[in-house]
Amino acid sequence: MVEKTPVLDSFTYIFLMIGILIVGFPIIYSLIAATLPLEAVSKVPMPLVPGDQFLVNMKEAWTRSNLGHQILNSFIMAAGITIGKITVSMIAAFSIVYFDYRLRVVAFASVFCTLMLPVEVRIMPTYEVAANVFGPMQTVWNFLHLSTAVSWITGNEFEISLNWSLLDSYSGLTLPLIASATCTFLFRQFFLTVPEELCEAAKMDGAGPMTFFWKILFPLSTTNIAALIVIEFVYGYNQYLWPLLITTNPDMTTAVIGLQDLIPQADDLPEWNVALGAALMVMLPPVLVVLSMQRWFVKGLIEKEK
Amino acid sequence: MIKRSTYTSGYLPYLLILPQIVITLTFFYWPALQGLIQSFLLSDPFGQQSKFVGFYNYREIFTDPLYLKSIFITLTFSIAVATVSMTLGLFIATMANRALRAKALVRTMLIWPYAVAPAISGILWLFLLHPSYGIVALGINKWLGINWNPVLNGTDAMVMVTIASAWKQISYNFVFFMAGLQAIPKSLIEAAAIDGASPFKRFWAITFPLLTPTFFFLSVMNIIYSFFETFGVIHTVTQGGPGGSTNILVYKVYQDGFVGLNLGSSSAQSVVLMSLIILITVLQFRYVEKKVQYTG
Repeated sequence: MVEKTPVLDSFTYIFLMIGILIVGFPIIYSLIAATLPLEAVSKVPMPLVPGDQFLVNMKEAWTRSNLGHQILNSFIMAAGITIGKITVSMIAAFSIVYFDYRLRVVAFASVFCTLMLPVEVRIMPTYEVAANVFGPMQTVWNFLHLSTAVSWITGNEFEISLNWSLLDSYSGLTLPLIASATCTFLFRQFFLTVPEELCEAAKMDGAGPMTFFWKILFPLSTTNIAALIVIEFVYGYNQYLWPLLITTNPDMTTAVIGLQDLIPQADDLPEWNVALGAALMVMLPPVLVVLSMQRWFVKGLIEKEK
Repeated sequence: MIKRSTYTSGYLPYLLILPQIVITLTFFYWPALQGLIQSFLLSDPFGQQSKFVGFYNYREIFTDPLYLKSIFITLTFSIAVATVSMTLGLFIATMANRALRAKALVRTMLIWPYAVAPAISGILWLFLLHPSYGIVALGINKWLGINWNPVLNGTDAMVMVTIASAWKQISYNFVFFMAGLQAIPKSLIEAAAIDGASPFKRFWAITFPLLTPTFFFLSVMNIIYSFFETFGVIHTVTQGGPGGSTNILVYKVYQDGFVGLNLGSSSAQSVVLMSLIILITVLQFRYVEKKVQYTG
């Protein structure tokens, strides 16, 4: 710092410790709870010395709610959203920034409008779309009375019903959440900072648009992609409302939602050791991703919101 | 904005933007339109029949005391979450920025709650604040002399979901305040120190005004977070109870739509929610960005 302030400095560290403790306390306490047997965890106050039941509780949690399968579901969902979002928005941003065509501005504006509206504000109708993705087309079809027209032309009874349900499927868990403009916007901002000369040079050397994309733009974007992978993985893994709605089959439940069944209710045995053990296991993957990719995460978080 | 040097190749740009457009149309514009139409209709619970009723659904929700209460609850809740998590985030970030040693370690120990799902944060705090088993609840009972019972008392339940939601958000605010603090030129601080300003004076006269853009940005983000993402907290911890005292708007949309199967009312509520968010976003882009002080 600027001047010597020994008293203030020591307070800084003390307050910092308190801050870290506030932030870390729920986890430390839950970790201890997850090592205790049932009698100890239901004592008030619970002993603060870790017990030896950690593996027993973890195993119980793992088998009781089919946790392995649920974590796998969460993984597939998170990976699907991450890969889908990044791919879709990267090529869309490439199209918007590097091509000049008539509908460019319209396309960009229509995507940009979705920037701040999460899936939560339109859950009911999105659910209906997920129940039958071809619903919109069916409506148009019925509206135009095309069936009548076709049967009049061919002289036969003609009925068409389009149906493709996303309920209880991995595509249902991922596709609707890919519809977000944030990544597209981020890639657009980044592409705009790429020097013009690179594209000019590539053109001079006779590189087509896709060659330019793969050979120059993609390698330049790796840091941005890494940052987005962290953020979107955490976003996807931690989704709650959407998976709650569209999965009714226990085999398709995601881990965060599955935890609900393990929380002891009023009449149950207070098996908090098992519930907290499960909660710790479920939150481990995204925490590990954030911690191991910390540098990109902080960069990505800040750039994304600019 | 577009590059000076661009490509012109017939169908390729359309092909590249097609996936995004298709997904946005099917999962965004179409449902939004449907929601809007649905909000003017009255349907039976099985969706077999529906008739046009104009603004009936809107009149219904705005005269419904439960809905008005839910609006009030949502506003209180989001302001509380934003205030608690931003104050703590700013405080910790200021301390971490002052610290000379172990900055990277401190950052590591503070950012991981970002990765914890709101629902899991709910579970952790449910245990800590549980009226019969929670250690924090015990402390509140003993030292503050409050008869803590979030299962029966609405205010206690509200405090509980606020703590669970704010705790998870501290690290998000910390990251942004930290970035904001590091962007402040050292020379400004040094100049003020030479002029004899104490560390506290420097914080209020230089650091704080320079952080206003971060501050406003985070207010909006925290409010949006507490409007929507806290669904997981509410669902695991209180289910909107007791007596609807934690029934925030997004939870009410879910309950009326999916549990109560009242499609018209639920759609009208969604439209109101959507308008509210558009309003906040526009306000952020238009108003806040200009009003903010950039000079010390």
